[in-house]
Amino acid sequence: MKILSLNFLTCAVKACKSSSASYPLHPKDAELVQDDIELNPQLLVNLMPRIDWSALSTTATELGFPALPAQPPTPEELEADEQKLKDLHNLLMQTQIMEGKLVCGNCGHEYAVREGIANFLLPSHLV
Amino acid sequence: MEYLIRFSQSHETFRVAEIQALAIVAGFNMEIIHYDAESPFCVVRLPSEEAARTLIKRSIIAQSIHEHWGTGGTFDELHAEVKKKTSELWPKYKTASFKISLDNYQGTRPNKQRVALFNSFSYLPFSGEIKMKDPDEEFTIFEQWDFKAVERNLPAPLKVHFGRYIAPSGRDLCLKFDLKKRGYISTTSMDSELALITANIALAAPGKLFYDPFVGTGSFPIACAQWGALAFGSDIDGRSIRGEGKKKSLKGNFEQYGLQQMLGDMFVCDLTNSPVRRRRILDGILCDPPYGVREGLKVLGCRDPEKEPWVVEKGKLIYKEPDFIPPKKPYSFLAMLDDILQFATDTLVDNGRLSFWMPTANDEQQEMGVPTHPCMENVVVCTQVFNKWTRRLITYRRLPDSEVDSEALAQKRSHVPTNGVTADELNPFRRHYFNGFRAQAAVDSAIEAAPK
Repeated sequence: MKILSLNFLTCAVKACKSSSASYPLHPKDAELVQDDIELNPQLLVNLMPRIDWSALSTTATELGFPALPAQPPTPEELEADEQKLKDLHNLLMQTQIMEGKLVCGNCGHEYAVREGIANFLLPSHLV
Repeated sequence: MEYLIRFSQSHETFRVAEIQALAIVAGFNMEIIHYDAESPFCVVRLPSEEAARTLIKRSIIAQSIHEHWGTGGTFDELHAEVKKKTSELWPKYKTASFKISLDNYQGTRPNKQRVALFNSFSYLPFSGEIKMKDPDEEFTIFEQWDFKAVERNLPAPLKVHFGRYIAPSGRDLCLKFDLKKRGYISTTSMDSELALITANIALAAPGKLFYDPFVGTGSFPIACAQWGALAFGSDIDGRSIRGEGKKKSLKGNFEQYGLQQMLGDMFVCDLTNSPVRRRRILDGILCDPPYGVREGLKVLGCRDPEKEPWVVEKGKLIYKEPDFIPPKKPYSFLAMLDDILQFATDTLVDNGRLSFWMPTANDEQQEMGVPTHPCMENVVVCTQVFNKWTRRLITYRRLPDSEVDSEALAQKRSHVPTNGVTADELNPFRRHYFNGFRAQAAVDSAIEAAPK
């Protein structure tokens, strides 16, 4: 599971949707791998307005990445600065959680990640 | 300039939808000058030859594009138009090597007539070498004959066109992505031609995010990835994503085509309890939801919690164990389509597209209407007809909030969902399918007549 995807996902329990504590999900016992993916500047620039920057900063810190700047880069800044593009690409696209858990900060439910595939299915009493 | 598109002879209702979507993707205006569903020839106006090449390169349903030199009901009319419209183009091809070929639709010509037809264009002042193999320029005479022209021994075609060949379409990709050659498929994998066309109609393109909530073995994400989009998917059944591992898995399919760079993520979830954040983040959603016939339509939950309270209780005790399989219950197909529309409303960017496949009976009494949502404008409906039923590809556009009818939206929110417990109660299409699409009265009398 890419760090990018983590930015688009929250707890699947309906009661948690209204709580701000349910997002982002917190990685636990995460085994990270680095994929080798070609840099795609167009994709990153398109992605920027859809990324929740403060959630990404939280995730990056929790996974032991260097702290992100307080403000997201503008598309112009990104296009001009290759190092910024590469860092972002590395975090969003190349870093994968292969094994581990994603924990909801509101209800405490743990979603397992196995072989890079997260499982968001819920037992009947949480549906 | 006018261009003639030569379509292939399949999925007629998808032709215009695909070409128009490709013009939107490429970002230029395309005007359809002449097209009727009876013929595979379509004349369009495009800004340039470059635009024509860009457009046709991604088209699956077209075969080729040609510079349109003329059209006529008879050859005399055609020659008159070619002379009138294109004489200033002739000097360009004066010394180029060339050939003329004949493309007959629903008709045929004996060799003698073919040569006579080619020679009737001898007024074109081309002095270059005639080469049958790799000529610089290829000119084509297109003849459109009436139905069964050969059997009926008709003397002349209905219409004739003449054009200069520009470029082939992307139709060869159907073979590259052919399911027979794909490492990992299942019973309901979408065939490569329709998957690629669906992704075209949904405007998949580089830099965009696409999502399939019923991903199965990944036919749609593969098509989206081929067009350069980052493809996400999920399925309630994780086994379909994992497969047997390595080559026999969804990821293996991406690797087979060298598309792993465009594989976003796959995860296991149920659309009615989706972890996807309700933010406007997706450019397109495309899916083939389970109809409940080949593939059961199920969502998370206990079928009847009052009758079977132990199912819920057992879940409470063991749900944290790694091999726990959550119980599932049948669900209404129409309610699922409503859920998809609501999900698309919440997650698509302005003008983002939702395309899904939906079956319906051909019998008017049993036909199901196109689902609606105030925030989603129906763009086009394409159909693939089988014997007693049809499946339709329905495409919507997410309206910008400023264009949404707020009264209709308020009404939608107060709508009560359908009730029912068993798969048949919940899903009229499934019921009709297994009743062989007979009328309900006939089914009832057959049940009564059956020996008890």
